[in-house]
Amino acid sequence: MTIDYRVATATEAVVLGESDRPRSPRARKRGTREQTVALVGLTLFAIYSVAPIWWLIVNSTKDRRDLYNSNGLWFADFNLWKNLEALATYQDGVFFRWVLNTILYAGVGAAVCTLISIAVGYSLSKFNYRGRGIGLGIVVGSFLIPSTLITLPLFLLFSQIGMVDTMWAVLIPFFVSPFGAYLAKVYVDGSIPDELLEAARIDGAGEWRIFFTMVLPMMRTGAATVFILLFVANWNNFFLPLTMLRGSDKWTLAVGLYSWFVNRSDSVVDLTALTITGALISVIPLAIMMVAMQRYWKTGVTLGAIK
Amino acid sequence: MAFAAPFYLGFIFVFVLPILYAVQQSFFSVQSSGGLGLGGTDVVFAGLDNYARAFSDEGFWASMFRVAIFAIVQIPISLGLSLTAALLLDSLTSEVRASGFRTALLVPYMVPAIVASLIWVYLYSPRVGPFTAVGDIFGIDINLFSPSMLWVSIGNLIVWMVLGFNMLILYGSLRGIDRSVLEAARVDGAGALRIAWSIKIPAIRGSLVLTGLLSIIGMLQIFNEPLLFRAASPETVTKDFTPIMSIYFQAFASNNYNYAAALSVVLAAVLGVLSFGFYKLTNRKEAS
Repeated sequence: MTIDYRVATATEAVVLGESDRPRSPRARKRGTREQTVALVGLTLFAIYSVAPIWWLIVNSTKDRRDLYNSNGLWFADFNLWKNLEALATYQDGVFFRWVLNTILYAGVGAAVCTLISIAVGYSLSKFNYRGRGIGLGIVVGSFLIPSTLITLPLFLLFSQIGMVDTMWAVLIPFFVSPFGAYLAKVYVDGSIPDELLEAARIDGAGEWRIFFTMVLPMMRTGAATVFILLFVANWNNFFLPLTMLRGSDKWTLAVGLYSWFVNRSDSVVDLTALTITGALISVIPLAIMMVAMQRYWKTGVTLGAIK
Repeated sequence: MAFAAPFYLGFIFVFVLPILYAVQQSFFSVQSSGGLGLGGTDVVFAGLDNYARAFSDEGFWASMFRVAIFAIVQIPISLGLSLTAALLLDSLTSEVRASGFRTALLVPYMVPAIVASLIWVYLYSPRVGPFTAVGDIFGIDINLFSPSMLWVSIGNLIVWMVLGFNMLILYGSLRGIDRSVLEAARVDGAGALRIAWSIKIPAIRGSLVLTGLLSIIGMLQIFNEPLLFRAASPETVTKDFTPIMSIYFQAFASNNYNYAAALSVVLAAVLGVLSFGFYKLTNRKEAS
């Protein structure tokens, strides 16, 4: 089973379609028509992708009455601030507790996992020892273990040792990612030259010192890529916290919003407006993170593509 | 090596031990010792009882079948749309426009899965969403949660969620194709469609197989979306609508942890066989 992983970024590819080669008028005419077709098609795709977010933004500004009675795709009375206030005060601001929890789980989980992944990637890439091949095989082989399927076994084990309903029950599974480990190895392969390590060793630097003062700083791009991909996966994880956590004070945004959605009619207040505004807020931190770091995750996604 | 230790210790703790423990648990069952279930409960060795029950569990296999049929219909449509988007994007000559469209198509990737499901369930709902109102104008009664429309609704939701991500993978490999080959074909008079069909698509086979494999694995784990649909429409989305939902409700609604463990083992085996088969099938075609 040979898999050739390659980095293919858009910047790498050189566009030769616009060369100076003279073209016949007929070919040029066909080229313009093809561009028009592509633009129309892509505009439709873009509308499809963005319209539901537009709906979310519009409806988070509506009060309960307008939510049911006004046009869903256009603004009515502007009540976003009132909705945010309701969100902040409902059940003593439990929503913002969920925001903080989610940032904590996703951020700490991804940070620790990135460090562990770089360490194992460095080990698998730069050292020769018995069992290295098996170690690499385990990493690649576990790519395909579905996270949803491993969750019930994790729950059974964690309930046996009394870890269920603690923050650790969500955090610890986030610490280990075969995908992160493999990605880190690929980046170590590409960015740490062997000669440099040799030179440092000859100068008498210890292995730990080499790792922390040389390898880690040189791995900044790789680390950022691994971190952002793990962060997004953690932020999106719903099944693990849903299974592990009972008390609402430890919940994540996804679990909290789900519980509001399920109980929308049970409570005195109509939770629909709160859920919609909460859903909008829950997109914002992730969107900021992804826009700021898009250079990294876009490379990471294409890196996984098998050529 | 010391650098590898944290990963492999963690790996044992969150992958190996849970799997072994779940397999072990699947051979036991809980029986109430007192009459009428009033006394305590005993954990007794049950041998293959849980597996025998799993193999004759019609609800579970129906859910497997339901999802398999859905996958066969949904995945080609979803991948076809992603491929179309990637090809259109690749054919744009303006880098600025390409980058703008790419960002727009990736917007859904930035939305957490559960929020995406929430948005679409609201859009589909007759009270808040726009679809029912549009249907009224044309005099059609649209119920997007009815048994016949349910899979269309869920399928569209999944297309929306994965379109941009798959497009990015495919677009990444399309940009890796040697441009001089495409230019040569163009000079020889091949149109955009012909180039896409005869050069571009064969060149990115590997990425198509990868996105296909990821889609199959994702599909058999489908849980979040139907769970939210169940909250909106419990009559049509049953407790054993998908395999993972069966496992979840067996474990956390019926407290049949041992049986749920056996079902997980069965599902894992099915997934393993399917992934392996898909890999072999697509690789053999490539060799011939």
